[in-house]
Amino acid sequence: MPAKKLGRSTVKFASPPIIVGTGTVVGPVEGKGPLASDFDVVLPDHAYGERTPEKSETKILEQAAKIAIERAKIEKSMVDYYMAGDLLNQIISAGYSARQLSIPYFGLYGACSTCAMSLALAGMVIDGGFADYVLVACSSHYQTAERQYRYPIELNIQRKTTSQYTVTGAGAAVLASSGTGPKLTHATVGKVVDLGLKDVHDMGGAMAPAAADTLLTHFADTGRGPKDYDLILTGDLASFGSEMLKELVRDNGVELGANYRDCGLMLFDTKSQHVGAGGSGCACSAVVTFGHVLKEMEKGTYKNVLLVATGALMSPLSCQQGESIPCVAHAVVIEA
Amino acid sequence: MASEKAKKQVSNLPHMTQASQEEKRRQLAYKELVQKRKPRPRYLRNVLVAFVVGGAIAILGQVVLEFFKSRGLDLNAASAPTLAVMTLVGVVATGLGIYDELGEFAGAGAAVPITGFANTIVAAAMDFKREGWVLGMGAKMFIIAGPVIVYATLAGVAVAAIKFIASP
Repeated sequence: MPAKKLGRSTVKFASPPIIVGTGTVVGPVEGKGPLASDFDVVLPDHAYGERTPEKSETKILEQAAKIAIERAKIEKSMVDYYMAGDLLNQIISAGYSARQLSIPYFGLYGACSTCAMSLALAGMVIDGGFADYVLVACSSHYQTAERQYRYPIELNIQRKTTSQYTVTGAGAAVLASSGTGPKLTHATVGKVVDLGLKDVHDMGGAMAPAAADTLLTHFADTGRGPKDYDLILTGDLASFGSEMLKELVRDNGVELGANYRDCGLMLFDTKSQHVGAGGSGCACSAVVTFGHVLKEMEKGTYKNVLLVATGALMSPLSCQQGESIPCVAHAVVIEA
Repeated sequence: MASEKAKKQVSNLPHMTQASQEEKRRQLAYKELVQKRKPRPRYLRNVLVAFVVGGAIAILGQVVLEFFKSRGLDLNAASAPTLAVMTLVGVVATGLGIYDELGEFAGAGAAVPITGFANTIVAAAMDFKREGWVLGMGAKMFIIAGPVIVYATLAGVAVAAIKFIASP
């Protein structure tokens, strides 16, 4: 077995990469949520001065990336790789932002799991000795996602009880081989799990089995349990998906307690803000992790955090053709 | 965790391997669990709100119709301008960003009247205008309303055919 691998699918970094700078940008609705003060930039509106929502998404991704580089106190030219992704066809937000940044670029697609996926890959690249600095970033935008996956923005549609609200925002982080800051110690790469659900208005329920699979694999690989973490964080399972995850892992003898939370529920006040079951999208886990959780780690609230970001890998086309929703979840451990 | 029902459904699939039978069993059990746990919509609230809002839009339509009738048009002649006015109301409300909020609030109460039909066309037009007047808006304006028009026409032809056959 490879020297840095544990069990089936976990890697333990020999010299853990350090998160030396982060940048977060969120939209107007997220800016009214309970975590608003943790973000670097809050947009006044969804358009952000651009002609199309797609351009607005590219702009916020680029802005988050630039803030992260600035906070890391390095030059753009020192960044070895830029790893980014988003939800749109051909991951255009990532590609177009890379055009402006002119850093060697890897485009990633993991749907809403992109944040954890990029952290895992950046960790491997740095620990493998292939880079000193890697910039990871991802974005999502309510209007671009709505247009691509659901209906026109102004259409009169009543949300289902399990429908989620795509987070407008972007999160970026610079990982480095040396420096001070929270460390990335482990990564568990998820496999695609599909339990045959087809309801596109219930992403949480579809993704919960993938989250459960990765979580249980992580515990088996590392010999750890839920009590070993101050915070176990899922990306965007929202209210219904979180309940299903708890139930699924309980069937396997693992109990998720008060240290388990979901980014999609933390970002909004789901009672007063009209966001359905909670937030979703690549930016959901990215802004909560890079904005809120890392700040709390700095304050000492959390010592070690397990982030499990889930992604649904369907497309509107595959759903219309009657295919079920394949899902994936990647996990990373961040230690203060 | 496979339930009795799921086990029964799978046991009559002898052509499948043991492993894929097991997978199928897991899928069915999970589907059942999701069905059981999924939060139900607030049916009573939704029905009442749809009734009131849909009714209010209908009353507005009636007021417009009475206005045209009071200006000397008979019922048949007055219905065309009434539909035009109600469509315009839907169009303007969509443009102002109100109609989607109404739809979220009232469901079918906002979707069923002709104002809702106008909304489906304008909402699509507003969205796809960014991809240009021809390949964007022109091509995709009816992306939601198109099926309604197609199948309404088809239903009209079917009903007319039945009437033609039944009463020669």
